[in-house]
Amino acid sequence: MTALLEIKDLRAEISGKQILNGYDLVVNAGEIHAIMGPNGSGKSTLSYVLSGRPGYEITGGQALLNGADLSEMTVDERAAAGLFLAFQYPLEVPGVPTMTFLRAALNSQRKKRGEEELSSPELLKRIREAAKVLGMDPEMLRRAVNVGFSGGEKKRAETLQMMLLEPKLCILDETDSGLDIDALKVVASGVNQMRSKDRGMIVITHYQRLLDYITPDVVHVQSAGRIVRTGGKELALELEATGYAQYQSEAA
Amino acid sequence: MAGDNRKPLQPTQAESGLVELFAARRISGDNLPSLCAEAFEAFQAKGLPSRREEAWKYTDLRSLMRDVKPLATPPEPAAKELAREAGLLKETGFRRIVFVGGYFAPELSDLQDIEEGLSIGSLSEALATQDSFAASYLGKIYPAEDSAFALNTAFMSEGVVVRVRPGATIERPLHFVFVANATQPATYFLRSLVVVEKGARATFIESFEGADQCDYHVNAATEMVVGEEARVERIKISREGDQALHVSTLVATLAQNARLNDFALTIGGSLVRNQTFVKLEGRGAAANLRGANILAGKEHADSTLLLDHAVEGSESKALFKSVLDDDSQAVFQGKIRVRPAAQHTDARMMARALLLSGAAQAICKPELEIFADDVQCGHGSTVGALDQELKFYLMARGIAEADAVGLLVEAFIGETLDGIEHSSVRDHMTSLVAELNERK
Repeated sequence: MTALLEIKDLRAEISGKQILNGYDLVVNAGEIHAIMGPNGSGKSTLSYVLSGRPGYEITGGQALLNGADLSEMTVDERAAAGLFLAFQYPLEVPGVPTMTFLRAALNSQRKKRGEEELSSPELLKRIREAAKVLGMDPEMLRRAVNVGFSGGEKKRAETLQMMLLEPKLCILDETDSGLDIDALKVVASGVNQMRSKDRGMIVITHYQRLLDYITPDVVHVQSAGRIVRTGGKELALELEATGYAQYQSEAA
Repeated sequence: MAGDNRKPLQPTQAESGLVELFAARRISGDNLPSLCAEAFEAFQAKGLPSRREEAWKYTDLRSLMRDVKPLATPPEPAAKELAREAGLLKETGFRRIVFVGGYFAPELSDLQDIEEGLSIGSLSEALATQDSFAASYLGKIYPAEDSAFALNTAFMSEGVVVRVRPGATIERPLHFVFVANATQPATYFLRSLVVVEKGARATFIESFEGADQCDYHVNAATEMVVGEEARVERIKISREGDQALHVSTLVATLAQNARLNDFALTIGGSLVRNQTFVKLEGRGAAANLRGANILAGKEHADSTLLLDHAVEGSESKALFKSVLDDDSQAVFQGKIRVRPAAQHTDARMMARALLLSGAAQAICKPELEIFADDVQCGHGSTVGALDQELKFYLMARGIAEADAVGLLVEAFIGETLDGIEHSSVRDHMTSLVAELNERK
């Protein structure tokens, strides 16, 4: 069976600086993988390389989504193929109403997949349902995308986009950063609602805390641009106790 | 200054062509008002505006206008049929007054149930009947010494004459639709007169559209009087064909506590010049001028303003935005003049450009002429590229690159549309920009 995501010996650089050094990872549908690691270990880089952010160049190896080479797809094609990156710092888009943005995103993806566009009432219904789970005031969605939102509201909005777009592979890049404990629980409940046997997730985080609410199947430790250790969810607790120092020296 | 000392130039082919056109007009002789002949003399003394004139420095009409197209002849039924099919803002319920190929088309216009206090007529009729109301305003509202405007006065023959009587509120927008004749190259001179009297309110839209691959010239001018306590909103749209040369002038005077809210959209036409002369001559008068240019190919759009503050305590705001792709070029020239008596003037001007291509160019020239000592005047300008991070964010949600750029362009322009006060006009204009932007 083809893996949902298969990364083989992936090497990538930004501005000539090598950040990923022979990265290997397999995520199957139905699994949640946590990637932990110290600052500067290239965790966010992995998420940007997979999503196709300009400036991040693959110099070797492969990343396959359902067997298709991601490097051969444009950013929007990757999204339509089912890849979703929840940004660590969601951007404010002044002048673009949230509803317009959500409609454009969902219908562009559906169109690319040869599906019917959603009618406005159906779209609105889905948005309302997701907003309810996340405890978001629908009034917020009348505003421009993320403009004037607090850190917590931005993360909720990001989760709402994910729930609406129903991706196959979700990458959550430090979704816990900047969240208080109540917001963290709400966002986690949104993520947990999306757990499914057809969907895989990569949760990138520094801290074990998020993993109290989103229980991973597999935990990886990343250092100096590759995975240096893999274990079960108990590995996260061990890291919380011992820190990352041993992995940094190992990598060096 | 420098221009005056130089030798007069040899007439260009276009200038000679205009002399011939005017001679023919004089012979056909339909009681040509003396105003027209005087204006032509004024034009002839200066010739077509060129870069030797500061106000035309970046739009050298003299070298850009290679020849003169024949004066428009009445449109054949086929042209009217095409015009019936065309039409920006058609399904809006606005009152349409339609001109095809420079001629009034009453059968395409909506002249039913004219509101009390409103009168609408055609300029040709006003000229033919020597209408004293029109005659008392035409060419007299604000004597702009501009030779393109003088040329319009010399050749004025058709357009709209509108009067809104004191205290009348005309809720339904009036839409003057000018459609070029798609079947023949021509020159169109369109001249409109809008007089909104004391305490009256009205909304006007002027749209200009034409077919691609048709070589034509438009010289349009609107003279406007905004009376005491009156409020006018005006929208101007240029959606000319890709070969068209379009020069448009607005001259307006604002009396005490009068308000003018003006928005000009340019999204088509090979060369478009929008020049606006506003005189604030009553205390408490306020002018809010906005513009949006969405250009591509080799299009060139020039927005030139004069905000002339003549008395104490008036206010002006200008906000112009340009989105420039390919080799297109936008020019913004904004002059704020504060006369000695115009203490406590508050004038602000801003021009912003978004460059979508390395070859596109934005030129911005603010000018302040301040002769009073207790005023607030400010101006600013920015030129920048599209935010690549935002584009990536939109694309990461599945939006194709062209659509992501389109959304960001509309967001950039949005502020100029948001200033439209009539809510239905604002909604329709916002949809129109989205639709035209998608096609671009």
